[in-house]
Amino acid sequence: MDISLIHINIMPYHASSLPLVKLVNNGKVCAPRIRNLLGDREASITPKQTHPTSLRFSWRISSSFSSATESRPIMEDEMKKMERFDSDSAASLLKELRGTFASGKTKSYEWRVQQLKNMIKMIDDNERAIMEALQQDLAKPRFESFVSEISLTKAACNHALKELKHWMKPEKAKTAITTFPSSAEIVSEPFGIVLIISAWNYPFLLSLDPVVGAIAAGNSVVLKPSEISPATSSLLAKLLEDYLDSSAVRVVEGAVAETTALLEQKWDKILYTGNGKVGRIVMAAAAKHLTPVILELGGKSPVVVDSNVNLKVSARRIAAGKWGCNNGQACIAPDYIITTKAYAPTLIDGLKNILEEFFGKDPLESKDLSRIVNSNHFSRLAKLLDEDKVSGKIVHGGQRDETRLMIAPTILLDVPEDSLIMNEEIFGPLLPIITVDKVEDSFDIIKSRSKPLAAYLFTSSKKLEKEFVENISAGGMLINDTVVHLTNPSLPFGGVGESGIGSYHGKFSFDAFSHKKAVLYRSLYGDAPVRYPPYTPGKLRILRAILDGSIIGAILALIGFGKKKLE
Amino acid sequence: MTVAEFGLGERLGELRRTFQSGTTRSLAWRKAQLQALLNLVRDNEEQIFQVVHEDLGKHPVEAFRDESPLPLAFFPATAELLPEPLGVVLIFSCWNFPISLALEPLIGAISAGNAALIKPSEMAPACSSFLARVIPRYLDNKAIKVIEGGPETGAKLLEEKWDKIFFTGSPRVGRIIMSAAAKHLTPVTLELGGKCPVILDTRLSSSELEVAIKRIAWGKWGLCNGQSCVGVDYILVEEKFAPTLIDLLKKSIDQFYGRKAKDFKDLTRIVNRHHFERLHNLIKDPAVSDSIVHGGQVDKERMFIEPTILLDPPLEAEIMTEEIFGPFLPIITLKNIEESIEFVSSRPKPLVLYAFTKDETLKRLVLSRTSSGSVTFNDIAVQFMSDDLPFGGIGQSGLGKYHGKFSFEAFTHEKAVLRRNFIFDLESRYPPWSDFKLNFIRLLYKYDYFGIILLFLGLKG
Repeated sequence: MDISLIHINIMPYHASSLPLVKLVNNGKVCAPRIRNLLGDREASITPKQTHPTSLRFSWRISSSFSSATESRPIMEDEMKKMERFDSDSAASLLKELRGTFASGKTKSYEWRVQQLKNMIKMIDDNERAIMEALQQDLAKPRFESFVSEISLTKAACNHALKELKHWMKPEKAKTAITTFPSSAEIVSEPFGIVLIISAWNYPFLLSLDPVVGAIAAGNSVVLKPSEISPATSSLLAKLLEDYLDSSAVRVVEGAVAETTALLEQKWDKILYTGNGKVGRIVMAAAAKHLTPVILELGGKSPVVVDSNVNLKVSARRIAAGKWGCNNGQACIAPDYIITTKAYAPTLIDGLKNILEEFFGKDPLESKDLSRIVNSNHFSRLAKLLDEDKVSGKIVHGGQRDETRLMIAPTILLDVPEDSLIMNEEIFGPLLPIITVDKVEDSFDIIKSRSKPLAAYLFTSSKKLEKEFVENISAGGMLINDTVVHLTNPSLPFGGVGESGIGSYHGKFSFDAFSHKKAVLYRSLYGDAPVRYPPYTPGKLRILRAILDGSIIGAILALIGFGKKKLE
Repeated sequence: MTVAEFGLGERLGELRRTFQSGTTRSLAWRKAQLQALLNLVRDNEEQIFQVVHEDLGKHPVEAFRDESPLPLAFFPATAELLPEPLGVVLIFSCWNFPISLALEPLIGAISAGNAALIKPSEMAPACSSFLARVIPRYLDNKAIKVIEGGPETGAKLLEEKWDKIFFTGSPRVGRIIMSAAAKHLTPVTLELGGKCPVILDTRLSSSELEVAIKRIAWGKWGLCNGQSCVGVDYILVEEKFAPTLIDLLKKSIDQFYGRKAKDFKDLTRIVNRHHFERLHNLIKDPAVSDSIVHGGQVDKERMFIEPTILLDPPLEAEIMTEEIFGPFLPIITLKNIEESIEFVSSRPKPLVLYAFTKDETLKRLVLSRTSSGSVTFNDIAVQFMSDDLPFGGIGQSGLGKYHGKFSFEAFTHEKAVLRRNFIFDLESRYPPWSDFKLNFIRLLYKYDYFGIILLFLGLKG
C-alpha cells in the first residue's frame, strides 16, 4: 500500500491536548476514525505549507511508523473504506446504528443520563480546546464562546438531566364516555435514528443542543457539523467519539457530498439549522421517506424602536444583540431597525456611543468582535454595502479589512426598500434603519415581508406592546431586549413560515425527538349491543345521545325514552 | 368545477385578505363558525346519511358515529406562549370517511383561527358536492371555501403557497404532498395508513375471548367494511387457537350480518371500481385464494365483497405487504404469542397496534419493543373517539397528529413571547469583555454567589 502522500491537517490549538488529525488522501478526507491508527505520532510531522485556518502538512510516513504498525492489512482495508463518505458508507453507518437502536439500549433512562453526564464532562474537560476552535473558526471572543456556546450547551444538559425522569413519564389522558370503562396515557417513545445537520455560526451550541434533545428522548444520533467551521467540526468529531457511546452517537464530517449521501438515507427525524434554500432540499429529501423535519432557518428579524424608551438601555441591548453575538452572524440577531423619522437621529447617537464603549475607537482592532466566517461571506456583505443606492446611506462605521475578514459595526439610514440589503438576511454587522412617520406604521412593513425568526420591540407603551404581540407573526418575540429569549428553556425556539418548521429547547427538545404514542387500555367486559350491527333506529338514538355528551339522554335512550326522535 | 372555473388565484387572494384582516383571529368569529358547523351537521344529518350511503353504502348508525365531528373550544392564552393561527390552510380529505375527515381538521383550523380551503376526495362525489353546497351556506365564505376536483386540481393547489397542508390518504400521495410543500417550506400533517395488526393473546377466559373476537370482527367489517385506516388489517395468534378463532369470527359475522352474503344492508360496499378490482386481485393469487377459510364471494355489479377470512396466506403476497383496506382478514399463526413482537417490529410502523391480552409482561413488551402511531389494548378503533388522545401515525403511517386540543395545535404556531423591562441590566452582558466579566458569568452560571462577592472584592482572580 502506498500511503506515502497523506496530507494531515493539524489544528494548531491542540498542541497541548491530544493530537487531532484529519487525513486527506489525494484530496479526499478520510473519516476521523483513522486518527486512532496514528496514535500520537504527530511529532514526526514536518510542516510544508500553511493555510489560513489550519496548518497543512505533507507527511511521508516514516519507516518507524510503518514498522510499528502490525495491522497493515486492516489499515489498508480501512483506508479504502474511509476514503470517501458516500451513500454506501452512510447506509452501513445507519445499519449499525439501527442495530444499536433495536437492541433497546438507548431507550433506557440510565443510558440517557450517562450520555448527558458524559457530555458535561466532555465540555468541562475541554473548555479551552472548544474556545480555541471557535477562536480559530470565527475569531469568536472567549467571553462570547463561554456565554453563548459552552454555558448554553451545558445548561441544556443540566436541564435535561434534572427533568428527564419527569419528561419520560407517560402522560395520563382523559377518556371519552364512548370508550368507558378505560384508561389512557400518552407515552413518549424515541423516533429511532435522527440526523442533525448544524450550522457554522454557533458551531458548538447548534450541534450539541439538538443532540442533547435527541439523546434525552432516547434516539441514536448522527451529527453533521458544518464544514464552514472546520476546527469545531473536527473537535466535535473527536470529542463525541471519546466521550459518548459511539455505537449510538456518531459524527460525520464533510460538505455537500457527504450531506447528500446522508440525506439519501431513511431517517426517523431530521433537524437542520441553516438557510431556507438548503431547508427546502432537506425537506424534499425527507419527503421521500416521510421523515418528519425540524427546520431552524433565519430571516430578517426586525427591531421596532418607539421614541419613549430608555435610550441607553435600548441602544445597549440592540448593540449587544447585533454585534455582541458573533458580529451579527446569528439567526436571531437584529437584522434591521424601524423607528420614527424624529427619533432616528437620537437612536443613532445612542448606538454610536455604545459602540465606542463596546469596541473602542477602532473596532477593527477590537478583540471583542468576531470576524466574518470566510471570504465568501465577506464579499457577500461587501456587495450589500457597495450597492449604488446603499453605499451613500452609511451613517456610522463601514470600515473593513479583507485580509483579516473584519467588518466594523455599520449603521445605515433609510436604505431603499428594493435594495439587496433589505431583501436578504444580512447575517453580518450591517444594521439598516428604516424610518416611518408613526411607530405603528412599522407593522405593515413587517407584515408585508416573510415571517421572521424573531421580532423585537422597544417601548414603554403597553398599548403598542399589546398590538405588536397580537399583530406580528414571528417565531419568537421579545419586548425591550434582543436575543436573550433564546436562553429561556421554558420557551420553544423555532420559526414559522420562511423562518422554519418546528421548535426545540428544554422540554420542547425532548418532545421534538419523541413520538407521542397514544395508548388506550380497555377491559374485556361485555359491550352494549348498540355498538354492533345489525343497526336499528334505537341504536342510533343512543349513539347520538352519547356523542352529544348528554348522559341523561343516553340513559333515557337506553331505557327506551329517547327524547330526540329520529328524523 | 375545474380550477379555472373556481378562479383559484382570486379565491386564494380572498382567503389571504380575510386572514390578513384579522377577522378569523377573533374568539367570536371562531365560536360562531364552530356553532355554524355544528348546525350544519345537525340540520343536514339526514342528507349526510344519504350522501354517505350513495358513496359508500354506509349504514346511518355507522355514518353518524364516524361522520359527526364534535365541537371543541380550546383557546389557551399564556403570557409566554401565544398560540397564533398559521394563516391560510389547505385540507385534503379522504373518501373513506368523507364527511368527518373533512370536517374534523376544519374544526381544528377554525378553532386555531385560520382561513381554510377544503378539497374533498373526488372518489366520494356525492359527499364532495354536498360539502361544496352546504359549507358556503353555513360558514363564512370569505374565510372557508371548498374546491372540488380530482388529481389535476390537487396538483394545481399544491403549486400555491399555503401556511399548512393537512392531508389524509395514502403514503404515496403523502410523499407528493410533502415534496410540494417543501418548495414553500410549508408544514404538513400527513394522516396515512398502514397494516394495523391485532395481537391476540388467548390466555383469556372464554367470555373474554368472545368479547375480544366480537370487537375484532367489528373492527374489521364494522368500520366501513375494512376501508378504514384504523381498521384491523390482520391477526396474529398462536397456531393451536386458529380453529377456534375462525369459528368465533364466523359466529360474529353471522350475528352482525345474517347468513346471506349478498344482502349485507349493514355492510359498506367497496368505494369504487378501481378499489374493487384492486381487492379482487389480491385474492386471485392461487396461493392466497387457497388460504381462504371463510367467505371470498364477490358481487361485481354492486361492488360488494363478502367478509373473508384467510389462514396463513404467504407473507410475501401482496395481501401481506400492502395495506388491505377492504374486507379480507388474514390470520397469521405463531408458535407462541411473544413472536408477535418481532413480527410487528420488523415491518413498517402501523398507525395503530391492537393487542388483546391481560398479561402485563406482554403489554410491557408491546409498549417498549414495538413502535406505532398508537396502541390500544383490548379494543379496536375506540382511541379515535377520545379527544384527549392524539391521533396520528409515525414513519409510513404518517406525520403529525390531531384530535381535540392536538387539532388546535396542528393549526397553530406557538409564538414564544418574552417581556423585559428597562430596569435590571447586568454590565457583564456587554462588551468589552474582560476576564473579570467572564469569571463573573462563570460563577453566576454555577450559582456561586459567595464567589461573586469575592470576585467583586478583588479577592478572586
